[in-house]
Amino acid sequence: MNIAVCVKQIPDPATPYDLDDDNHWVVRPNDQVLDDTDRVGVEVGLQLAEATEGTVTLVSMSPSGSLQGIRQALAMGADKAVIIDDDTLKGSDALTTARILSAAIDREEFDVVVAGGESTDGYTGVVPQMMSEMLDVPCLSFARKVDVDDGIVTIERQTASGYEVVTSKLPALLAVTAGIVEPRYPTFKGIMQAKSKPVETLTASDLGVEPDVGQRVTEVADVASREAGDIVEDDGEAYLKIVELLEQTKVI
Amino acid sequence: MPNYTPPVRDITFTLDTIADVESIVALPDFEHVDLDTIDGMLSEAARFFSEVFAPTNEVGDEKGAALENGGVVTPDEFKPVWQKLVDAGWTAVTGSPEYGGHGFPRTLGLAVSEMMTSANLAFSLNPMLTGSGIALLTRHGSDELRDQYLAKLISSEWTGTMVLTESEAGSDVGALRAKAVLNPDGSYSISGTKIFVTWGDHDLTDNIIHLVLARTPDAPAGTRGISLFVVPKFLLTEDGAPSKRNSVETVSIEHKLGIHASPTCVLAFDDATGYIVGEENKGMRYMFTMMNQARLEVGLEGLSVAERAYQHAAEYAKDRVQGRAAGSDELSPIIDHPDVRRMLMTMKASTEAMRALLYDAVAAEDRHLSAQDELERIAAGDRLALLTPIAKAWCTDRGVEIASIGVQVLGGMGFVEEAGAAQFYRDARITPIYEGTNGIQALDLVMRKLPMGDGAVITAYLSEIESLDGPLADGGDALAGVREHLGAALRTVRDATSWLAASNDPQARMAGATPYLEMLGTLAGGYYLARQALAAQSEADSDSWMAAKVATAHFYAVNLLPKVHGLAPSVTAGSEHLFAIEDTNLG
Repeated sequence: MNIAVCVKQIPDPATPYDLDDDNHWVVRPNDQVLDDTDRVGVEVGLQLAEATEGTVTLVSMSPSGSLQGIRQALAMGADKAVIIDDDTLKGSDALTTARILSAAIDREEFDVVVAGGESTDGYTGVVPQMMSEMLDVPCLSFARKVDVDDGIVTIERQTASGYEVVTSKLPALLAVTAGIVEPRYPTFKGIMQAKSKPVETLTASDLGVEPDVGQRVTEVADVASREAGDIVEDDGEAYLKIVELLEQTKVI
Repeated sequence: MPNYTPPVRDITFTLDTIADVESIVALPDFEHVDLDTIDGMLSEAARFFSEVFAPTNEVGDEKGAALENGGVVTPDEFKPVWQKLVDAGWTAVTGSPEYGGHGFPRTLGLAVSEMMTSANLAFSLNPMLTGSGIALLTRHGSDELRDQYLAKLISSEWTGTMVLTESEAGSDVGALRAKAVLNPDGSYSISGTKIFVTWGDHDLTDNIIHLVLARTPDAPAGTRGISLFVVPKFLLTEDGAPSKRNSVETVSIEHKLGIHASPTCVLAFDDATGYIVGEENKGMRYMFTMMNQARLEVGLEGLSVAERAYQHAAEYAKDRVQGRAAGSDELSPIIDHPDVRRMLMTMKASTEAMRALLYDAVAAEDRHLSAQDELERIAAGDRLALLTPIAKAWCTDRGVEIASIGVQVLGGMGFVEEAGAAQFYRDARITPIYEGTNGIQALDLVMRKLPMGDGAVITAYLSEIESLDGPLADGGDALAGVREHLGAALRTVRDATSWLAASNDPQARMAGATPYLEMLGTLAGGYYLARQALAAQSEADSDSWMAAKVATAHFYAVNLLPKVHGLAPSVTAGSEHLFAIEDTNLG
């Protein structure tokens, strides 16, 4: 089975990063790390590959930099990577991102595309759905459990009140949620091997996609700091006040 | 639960500026090691040990190891973590590629060990002791022993122990009495009771390989009559699988001040089957080949526990609000108070100095084993020999001191177990004791290491420190304080060194050994931090982390280096005053 897993390199969340003063884009350092939420997608891809003797190809759109984040996913066990590194794509919106990733995936036959729910630096959360439209395959989103058997994929789809069981023929796209599997830690051997795994670098024109950033960030503001909470002095009847407050917020 | 954030940046900086790791991976033995992969290796190790290993530290301390039905039971939380450690292969970094290891330099192995040890000191002792066994078998074991045991030990599917001490043979190993009698088939029957066997039994692996010191019937007395044996807990079948239980029993485990998760066993050998390593009566010589390694590893424990205590105290000091700092209108976090600040700076500066000393020593070990030029190998071996007792004793003494300061920063909560600082202090306390007490290390330094090459080795090291004076002078005002205090400390240490060299009274030299070791360690720490300050200076304007390295060296120079002057009189005081009162008046 051919499995494509969408991953993203992001600035290390442990170190503060800057926004460009002019266009408000994230200033991307040379060393970026694998988005933690993508480790879940890589793990799902690897498990499917192990069950079917398949291969896992990482697909990523980002400045390559030192490729540190991509190597982290390769160290987990992915077989190869395709990275679209193109200055004209800087600041792309979700739609352009979906176009690029779909075009890169569509170059070869695939059985499953795995994507995370949303990235930790952009949080648009719509790229997988857009990609499924462009690739013309069903989108199985909020997947919290995945099984593939005889050309049919079955997932449990997380909902607000429980879960739905959804099945689909392959090929299909899965958008997975955190907590579905425990991502493996790379082995020492895997880390060493990651260095020599193939990484193909492409531009938008290689994929025949006309870059169209499609959005402009006009303003960035700090998050309003949280206001101080209400203090209820206990005069022996404070519990009544607390019950009232909880009812107001519809917790009870 | 106290968090652990591996100090990857300081580790990397120390590998670059002190260990010169680039020149190590350039050696032919390490041509398979790619400089570019080191960052990836360190960051993944950091993730593994902070996320998987560190969460077992507190629960390991609370539950501890227990002896049930003759076997040691580890906390439930340890078993899956051990399996993950084996799967990830973090214990195979330096092992021989011939047996499934990765053949990396020990310098990089130490960087990984630092994170493992900080994450959980008690747990880390199991791989640490196994590493000593691997070193012994790799160098001195027969082909047969190596083929039978090395691959499984390197992968950590099995673990190894060091079985030396007996109730009447502690620091004086030569007094041991365990017996080894040759059998017709070439194996030996080992009998005797051994104590203080770290991780001597446990339930994490399906075999444990004991390396046991014992005496054959006609062996000469003392250390010249000691032989070394492999005694597996389970004897192996023809095809190498563990089968019949060997007659090694865990009689009891100790109830200790700290490292509760590490079972310290009393083992009884009753005609247990053992296989000789190398030749009869050469056991102590073999032991000494791994002594440097083991002593550096224990020195590393001092660093590792200090780092953990430092992070914990700094985090607390930022959150804890008490009193108003001078000039403040509001209540202040205690980190704003000068005395708390002094404690935290002492913790930071000492910890980074320890790291530099240890990484320099282990880099010397790599060069000693792998440099192409013979003279370089010899010089590196001499440097390693000199630095080993300092690295072991100075770093473990500092480890206890820093962990104690950590308790102090937390105030009353520091004394409360729940807050976590107390565990670091209790765990640290063993490190100045085992693997040769720090008193023994000081004797080794003064009686054996200073006389090496007629004093040439220590002279070369002190000259190296002196040669930093020029670069420090070029460093301008920012490094003027470092230069002044380093120069003054060097003069004091030189005087004390000359006094020791000139003394004909061994009793006097032994009396001054411990304060001398502390002087030399303190000076070395200042020297390494000064080198790091020089390396950091050019980037200090644009990078606050680099600026902190310069400021840390300055703090150390002004506040800690002058301690050497206070130690000098006790180095040269002779021994008479130690024996001036009758034994009956002591106690």
